[in-house]
Amino acid sequence: MKGTVPGGLRELLAHAAGASHAPWRTLLKPGDWALLLAAGVLVAASYPLLWRGGTADRAIVKRDGQVVTELALNVARKYEVTGAIGTTVIEVQPGRARVLSDPGPRQYCVQQGWLKRANAVAICAPNHVTLQLSGRGGQNETYDTLNY
Amino acid sequence: MTPSTIELPVTVDDYRIARYAAAAIALTVAEAALPSPLPGIKPGLANIIVLVVLARYGWRDAAWVSLLRVVAGSLVIGQFLAPGFFLALAGAVCSLAVLALAQHLPPRLFGPVSASVLAAFAHISGQLVLARLWLVPHNGVFYLLPLFATAALVFGSINGLVAARLLAAPVAVPAVLKGGS
Repeated sequence: MKGTVPGGLRELLAHAAGASHAPWRTLLKPGDWALLLAAGVLVAASYPLLWRGGTADRAIVKRDGQVVTELALNVARKYEVTGAIGTTVIEVQPGRARVLSDPGPRQYCVQQGWLKRANAVAICAPNHVTLQLSGRGGQNETYDTLNY
Repeated sequence: MTPSTIELPVTVDDYRIARYAAAAIALTVAEAALPSPLPGIKPGLANIIVLVVLARYGWRDAAWVSLLRVVAGSLVIGQFLAPGFFLALAGAVCSLAVLALAQHLPPRLFGPVSASVLAAFAHISGQLVLARLWLVPHNGVFYLLPLFATAALVFGSINGLVAARLLAAPVAVPAVLKGGS
């Protein structure tokens, strides 16, 4: 036995320093290229997973804390709910929802605009109406509530 | 004076595996000093050694080197039986399972890079499944999958290229690696 550097590592270091090497490109065979390409596509396709946690699939409309209706966020539609001082109009489009109009004096919930993420909420306090988005899953929600 | 000496017969295979395992452990220790952006994302340089051993001496030797690396490497860096050890073990076992299949790919079309990338994906899969079952009982860990998969693809390709280059280089295998001491 000679030397204190492990054989494999000595070999590795010798090669790292060595000169006579084939170009990197020749080290890849056709199947390697194909596999790298396929893997790259799969990895790129997996990226939406990073953001999927926050997407919403239902809009829940409540009046005085009681659920009035649940609207699926896959078809565009409008929904009217009669509250304490008038009628609030909820608009739903694929993947998002908003309060289109509200009789409240300051229009906070209307100005909030489109809600997109799970558990985002728009509160029309004067009319006692809330619009909240809900994601899939149930107990494993990303946020308890979202407000801006 | 020892009345009886127990002598374990050491074969040529043992010496060879021990040498490669030592190289893999050295790389594990060196890598432990590198900062990591996210727990679990590491280059996995020791796998270069595993790939070289797999190509030169077959799956059995590669499995020995890989598992010795996990156990002894974790002892050296003080991680033995810590969560990181079990994650590394799960990753290594999954990688070896995939390499057992990948070594039957036609060598005309597939080289060490394919084996490396496949093993890297198996590694993160094993780690993520164990992490989900044991450490983070929440599907939230899978949201990190794209990051782990990207790391596996990048580091798997690089390690595979390094292994391919080592294997392609016209070397006389040092005598110490062929025979005993």
